[in-house]
This record gives sequence, C-alpha cells and structure tokens, in this order.
Amino acid sequence: MRRLISAVALLLAFGTAAEAAEAVKPPKQHWSFSGIFGTFDRASLQRGFQVYKEGCAACHAVTQLSYRDLKGIGYQEDDIKAIAAQAKVMDGPNDAGEMFERVGRPSDKFVRPFPNENAARAGNNGAFPPDLSMIAKARVGGPDYVYGVLVGYVPPPAGVTVADGMHFNTYFPGQQIAMPAPLNVDGVPYQDGTKATVEQQAKDVTTFLTWASEPTLEARKQMGIKVLIFLIVFTGILYAAKRKVWASVH
Amino acid sequence: MAAPAFKNGLVRWIDHRLPVFSFLHHELHEYPTPKNLSYWWNFGSLAGIVLVIMIATGIFLAMHYTPHTLYAFDSVERIMRDVNYGWLIRYIHMNGASFFFIVVYIHIFRGMYYGSYKAPRELLWILGVVILLLMMATAFMGYVLPWGQMSFWGATVITNLFSAIPVVGDWIVTWLWGGFSVDNPTLNRFFSLHYLLPFLIVAVVMLHMVALHRFGSGNPLGIDVKGPQDSIPFHPYYTAKDSFGLGVFLILFAGVVFFAPNLFGEPDNYIPANPMVTPPHIVPEWYFLPYYAILRAIPNKLLGVIAMFASILVLFILPWLDTARVRSAKFRPTYRKFFWVLVIDCFVLGYVGANPPEGWFVITGQIATAYYFFHFLILLPVLGLIERPLPLPQSISAPVLKPAEGKA
Ligand code: HEC
Ligand code: HEM
Repeated sequence: MRRLISAVALLLAFGTAAEAAEAVKPPKQHWSFSGIFGTFDRASLQRGFQVYKEGCAACHAVTQLSYRDLKGIGYQEDDIKAIAAQAKVMDGPNDAGEMFERVGRPSDKFVRPFPNENAARAGNNGAFPPDLSMIAKARVGGPDYVYGVLVGYVPPPAGVTVADGMHFNTYFPGQQIAMPAPLNVDGVPYQDGTKATVEQQAKDVTTFLTWASEPTLEARKQMGIKVLIFLIVFTGILYAAKRKVWASVH
Repeated sequence: MAAPAFKNGLVRWIDHRLPVFSFLHHELHEYPTPKNLSYWWNFGSLAGIVLVIMIATGIFLAMHYTPHTLYAFDSVERIMRDVNYGWLIRYIHMNGASFFFIVVYIHIFRGMYYGSYKAPRELLWILGVVILLLMMATAFMGYVLPWGQMSFWGATVITNLFSAIPVVGDWIVTWLWGGFSVDNPTLNRFFSLHYLLPFLIVAVVMLHMVALHRFGSGNPLGIDVKGPQDSIPFHPYYTAKDSFGLGVFLILFAGVVFFAPNLFGEPDNYIPANPMVTPPHIVPEWYFLPYYAILRAIPNKLLGVIAMFASILVLFILPWLDTARVRSAKFRPTYRKFFWVLVIDCFVLGYVGANPPEGWFVITGQIATAYYFFHFLILLPVLGLIERPLPLPQSISAPVLKPAEGKA
C-alpha cells in the first residue's frame, strides 16, 4: 500500500516514466475492414482462426469469445459444434456433487490454455501471454501493431544483447519480447490454396483478432452509413425549414 | 402571464387547474428572444439535448452493467457483444461524454466572448459553473466504471490528490476509497454516484433556465432589448434554428460513434484493471487535460491541487473580476485579442497535459498556467478600467438592418 502511494506520488511529481526504449512505429497496412465501407474478408477470417487455433491457442486465451460467435466468421452450426467438441470443458457439480469434464458446446466460452495467470507464466519462462480477445483495441496502433509484432522478428542489430529467453522484435515496446516467433513459412497448412507465408498468416490472424475484438464492427459501419445518409438529408430539410421561417425577419 | 385561449377543451380544463400549458406557451411562444442571436447561441440547447441522451443511454447501460471489480469489465464487453444494439448504446454514451464537454466548453467560451456573465446574469453564469463541476465529477466516475487499466489508475491518481490536504489527507482518501486502495467499495460508490449526479445536473439546469428566463438571452451585441422591434418569439424562430444546429451536431456525433468510436479513448482501457501493473502513461480523458497540466505545473503537490481547483473556481467570481461595463467583445478591441490568447492558452495546457512532464513541456506548462491565472486575476480587472470600447449601436434592430451584421 505504502509502495502504491509513493509510486503514485512519484507519478504526480515527475509524470509518467519515460518510455523504456525506442519503440518503432509499425507501418500502416491495408485492411479489408478499414474505411467506412470496410467489411471483414471472410476467407481471411477463417484462415486467421485456423492460425490462432494451431499457432497461438496453446499460449493465448480469447476469453471474450464463445464458440457460437464463430457464426460471425461464416461457420455453419455443424462446423461450430464440431469445433466446440474438440475442447474439454470443466463442468459441474453433478448430482453426486462432483466436477466433471465434458466435450465443449457452442454456448461455451473458448477454453483457455492455462487455468490461471500463474500457470501461464510457469509455462512461459515467467512471461504472461496476454488474452488476445481485445488485443486489436487494447494497443496503440491496433491491427497494424499486432501485425507488426508478428512479422517484426529480425536478428538483433550489432551491439544489442538480447536477454536470456527473450527475442528481438522491432515493434514490441522495448524491442525484447518473451514470445518466440510464433509464425513459420507453411507452419499452418491452408486448405484454400493461399500461400502460407509469414506475412499472409500474420495478416489473417490479425484480421481474426480484430474481429474478435469487435465482432459488431460490420453492423456498426453498415448502420452508420444509413444513419448518416438520413441525417444529412434530414438536416438539409431542417435548413430549408429554418430559411423559410426566418425569411420574414430583418 | 395571461392564459392564452386554448382550443382543446381538455387542455383548457387541465390548464385551469395546472397551468403547464400556459407555462409552456409563455416560455416558448411569448418568450421574446433577441432576433440577432448567432449560431454560437445554439450550444446551450444542444448541451441540454446531450444531457438527455446521456441519461437515456446510461439507464440502458445500467440494466446490463455489473458494478463489481470481478465482473465490471466483462459486463461492459457483454454489452458490446451480446446485448442487442449494446455496442450502439455504449458507444453513444462513451462518445456522448466527449461531445458533452465539447458543447459545454464552446458554450462557456461563448459566454466569455460576449460577456454573458455580466449583470444581471451573474447567478445564471454561476449555476453554469456548478453544472460544469457536476459534469466533471460524473464523467470522472463514469470513466471508472468499465474497470479498465485507465479506469483504475486514473481513479487512483485523482483520488490520491486529496492526500495532499494537510493532517486529514490520508484519512480522507481512505474514506473516499472505502478501504485502503481503489477497490470494490470504490467502484460501487462511484456507480451509485454516477447514476445520481446526472439528475442533480438536471435540477441545476432547471435553475439555470429559470435564471435565463428572468432577463432572457444576451446577444452578440451585448446591448439590451429595447422594444418589440428587437425581439422575436422563441418558437418558431429559434426552435427552427436550434433544430438545424442539432442536425449538424448529430452528423458529427454519428460520424464518430459509427466510424471512429474509440477516437477519444485510450487503448489501455481495453485492458482489464490490474493493480499490480502501472501503465507507462497515465492520462486522464482529454477534457481534463488542461487541469491536469495545471496540477503538474506546480512542483508542490498541495499547491498543485489548489491551483487545479482554483482554475475552475475562478470562474465563479469572473462576473466581478471583469470590470468592463461593455459586455460584448465585439466592442472591446483589446479584450477580443486577449480572449483568443486565452483560448490558445487552454489548448496549450491541454497539449502539455497529454504529454509526460519532461523537457520543454515543463516550462511551457508553467508559463501557460501562469498566463491562465494572469488573464483572470490581473488582465480582466485592469483591462476593464483602461480599455476604450467602441461606440455601441443604438439598438439591436439598427445594425441588424445592415446585412453584414450577425444575421445568420
Ligand atoms: C509459446 C507460447 C506462445 C505462442 C504459441 C504465441 N505467443 Fe504470443 N505471447 C507469448 C508470450 C509469453 C507473450 C508475452 C511477451 C512479453 O510480455 O514479453 C506474448 C505476447 C503476444 C502479443 C502481445 C504484445 C503486447 O503488446 O503485449 C501478441 C499480439 C501476441 N503474443 C500474439 C500472438 C499470436 C497472434 C500468436 C499466434 C500466431 C502467438 N502470439 C503465439 C507466448 C506465445
Ligand atoms: C451527465 C451525464 C453523464 C456523463 C457525462 C457520463 C459519462 C460517462 C463516461 C465517461 C463513462 C465511461 C465510458 C466508457 O469508457 O466506457 C460512463 C459509463 C457509464 N455510465 Fe455514464 N455518464 C452520464 C450519465 C449516466 C447516467 C444517467 C447513467 C445511468 C442511469 C449512466 C450509466 C453509466 C454506466 C452503467 C456506465 C458503464 C458502462 C460503460 O462504461 O460503457 N451514465 N459514463
């Protein structure tokens, strides 16, 4: 408690600590979902889900998603049942008062890889793989940043020493990240003939994670266009009405 | 207040016993309004509409929101994902707060430019400052509710300010928190108060309206209405003009709600609150940044807190600090320049507040803070005495006849 107070006092006195290292701003990418008419590319979403499932789910949870939400990326009821059924879900207590494991159902939340943060840290050299369900909204730069981290693994420049168990990453703040490069060429076998380059996988999984951060994005933009058209027309009418009412005032 | 002859029998029956219709007729239809109000006079009614929007969306949010540290974040995400149109309600409420402040800040600066606070409208102005304070408290506590990282750390930093009070400071902070840190009791009381304060705002807005209708609106010329030729009924003239202004406002508001809903937000607030991890930059919402800059401009914590509160409290005595007899800056060529300097000063303060206090931000913040108080405490009293205002027009109708004059 004392420490908290003095930390806060420090923050007040000196403001916030200087950013640790020169984080490089990730370059802007072109996304199917950006712009006012943007929609998610369905094929990319499904490939992205595959990348998440096979490449990230071992470490990262997406706790805000339920299996039934996958309808939003174009899966049918039966596909979703099959996907959910691959997970083991702890349920109970049953009539005997015991907890039991059962296969997942569409209404279940995505099962997380670790039961709690400590277990996650224990499995990752003390680093915590954050929940990815909000990642595209929870970082400055959003999708561009997520993509940047995924493709940002390069050999460290001369003179930079990378700590044990850390990896050099151009776009991660501080440039040393505990996550080993998660994507490899052809690491995820795409079914639709798309070439599984690291960039392609990064793009797909980022699209999927952006959808996971805000599954209502398309509904929002589509309604927004209608609302704006209505408001512009209606405001035009209001302007005409105002002109008419005021015509006689001098 | 001669009761008009209402055509509808039921209306007449009710009005005889409960004169609400006479009241509305009087306040809207007969209520004489200067005919030269510019679009800067739209922002008062806009603020009232935004308040209604905030209360309406807030009530629906509260039906789905869970004020508990373990569930608050997820309950807001549930609103975003699973509640029908929950994302819409939440984005309107979240951005509505920002637009509320934009509208009210414009409204306040309008008042400063045209000297709206001068006699006989001092209490009207003071009630407005009370509304501003209540809004700030409401918005601050609302921002804590989604229980993200900025919610938690913002609440921690701001409540900790009270520990600067000598002797009883720590005790007050513990009392505010309901414990030894920002925790579940804090969240619960903030939710309770966040629900309550907007209704207090409604009450003060009503008093604000009573005071307004006593002498009517000011106007861009700052001279009094001299007779019927200077005024027009509020309805239909200003209802029409306000409706058009509302339309323009809604276009901008909808543009942000639907296409850039997180424009004003901090990404960190989409990370669940974690008392063990301090975010690298703790920044308040944009509408608090100038005050935050003033707070940090002064190296002594207690004095910083006092300066921050004083920056708003000084507005209470503004009607007496400004010694000029002429209201409108239109006829005060020197004041008009300094008005714009103050506007720029406030933007500079906001910019400094958004940045870590290092390097030239420190000195800039200090100069801008000093200037802010200089404007109110020294410039205004002195300028009012020495400035020679331009000649005032005879009446509102005289200049309005010329097409160049604020006839919008
Ligand atoms: C072996 C476990 C592991 C796998 C597999 C893995 N990650 Fe990570 N990830 C981590 C850890 C550990 C961190 C925390 C890094 C740190 O804090 O230094 C992390 C951090 C991240 C970050 C956060 C950067 C930030 O700003 O906090 C993102 C984004 C991310 N991972 C995305 C992914 C994606 C996408 C995949 C799948 C393609 C993936 N990860 C696969 C372990 C993993
Ligand atoms: C003066 C009017 C009001 C202002 C300025 C205001 C401001 C805010 C702000 C800034 C937030 C945080 C938004 C976010 O980041 O998510 C918020 C959240 C919230 N407000 Fe209000 N509010 C007002 C009125 C109300 C009223 C009247 C209610 C209830 C009846 C209400 C209920 C809520 C709830 C439940 C939340 C949490 C959900 C969320 O964070 O989206 N608000 N408010």
